[in-house]
Amino acid sequence: MEDNVILRIGAKILIPFILLFALYVQFHGDYGPGGGFQAGVIFAAAFILYALIFGVDTAKRVLPLRFVWFCGALGVWIFAGVGVVTLVLGGEFLNYNVLRHDPEHGQELGILLVELGVFTTVFGVMVAIFYMFAARRQVR
Amino acid sequence: MNVLGLVNYWAFIFLMMVGFYILISQGNLIKKIVGLSVFQTSVFILYISMGKIRGGTAPILMEGDPVYSNPLPHVLILTAIVVGVATTALGLSLVVRIHEAYGTVEEDEIHDLDVAEAE
Amino acid sequence: MLAVTALALLKLRNLFAVAMLAGIYSLLSAGLFTALDAVDVAFTEAAVGAGISTILVLGTLALVGHEQKKSTRSSVIPLLVVLVTGSILVYGTFDMPPYGDPGNPAHHHVAPHYLEESAHEIGIPNVVTSVLASYRGYDTMGETTVIFTAMVGVLLLMGGVRKRATSEMASGPASGPSDQELDGEPHQQPDGEEDPDGG
Repeated sequence: MEDNVILRIGAKILIPFILLFALYVQFHGDYGPGGGFQAGVIFAAAFILYALIFGVDTAKRVLPLRFVWFCGALGVWIFAGVGVVTLVLGGEFLNYNVLRHDPEHGQELGILLVELGVFTTVFGVMVAIFYMFAARRQVR
Repeated sequence: MNVLGLVNYWAFIFLMMVGFYILISQGNLIKKIVGLSVFQTSVFILYISMGKIRGGTAPILMEGDPVYSNPLPHVLILTAIVVGVATTALGLSLVVRIHEAYGTVEEDEIHDLDVAEAE
Repeated sequence: MLAVTALALLKLRNLFAVAMLAGIYSLLSAGLFTALDAVDVAFTEAAVGAGISTILVLGTLALVGHEQKKSTRSSVIPLLVVLVTGSILVYGTFDMPPYGDPGNPAHHHVAPHYLEESAHEIGIPNVVTSVLASYRGYDTMGETTVIFTAMVGVLLLMGGVRKRATSEMASGPASGPSDQELDGEPHQQPDGEEDPDGG
């Protein structure tokens, strides 16, 4: 697929918009449909498209395997970390009211952080799993 | 008893049974996994259809006072879908490993190979 | 439409077509979810079911081949099992609440609280997001952990053993050291794994 001009140019045009759309879905999840799960999948889909068209090795230069695994773990860490922070601040585990002086702002901040954690994990896991399947093909 | 009000359950049961049939009757492991995901989607449809309220709208708060469908099943299924794809990936990676060990993904042939090895 | 696609899935033996039809099935169910007011779910199903899982199935097909052999086993017993199970389930639905009725028990426990109170308790309009991230934060954390665990599982199955496969190819039965490496901590493996495909 690497020498097909239409695919290469098409992907190059599409990928920035896919990434932008994923970020829109992530940060607009409070107001419309969307959130960490969807945004993570779409963000991962952009990189998977890149890997399909330009080859997995090229994609790994952009996004090393170790970084992707780190992302998968980091997201869970962020999520649990928010819970621990709320514990330290005197609330229950994952009770965002205590994050700010105003409970409502605290909730918004908490949801933002937690969605960020979900986003990171889903993105990392999806790309890592794809890399695994793709790398098998190269070995054989 | 309003029989028409149960049609959504019957649609769900039909899809579920098709998935179940694929799962138990096909010998090919990839087909089995696809059948499992058909089964899974039918359960999603069950939950979402139970959350629907006639004349309701999507649970995103708006001006005025519209009727909202029940958001709780949506949340459950939202996470279940992503978990579902993660477990599907796990199943597929098992299939790949089985193919490397046995050279086939047909259940019958795997069984024959096992029997031949035991003798 | 969904039923027709599901039946076609059953009959087809070309697994490539099966993968594509599974994607179509997901997309159709996403449309159904939109009609049932679950926009967030439809969004996820369209992105995950029609996108990622189709790619994963295709990736597997590239590794294991895409023709299903004709099954020799009889299909009478599975059909019987399915019919019996299906009729028991249909019998069970007669006690279920009717579709779309606002008086159903599911709509009278915590759902009204979420719909009425979340505007000033959480302060964001999308109730699904506020339930997901705040009221049911424990659940979501569990789910995140589950997909993380699934990733670790896939890594152990697919990533860790790849080195042994290559070393077996290269040097025959001398796979002892990498066997031990398998038992080690999964996060240790990337160092060893990166080199074979980088080079």
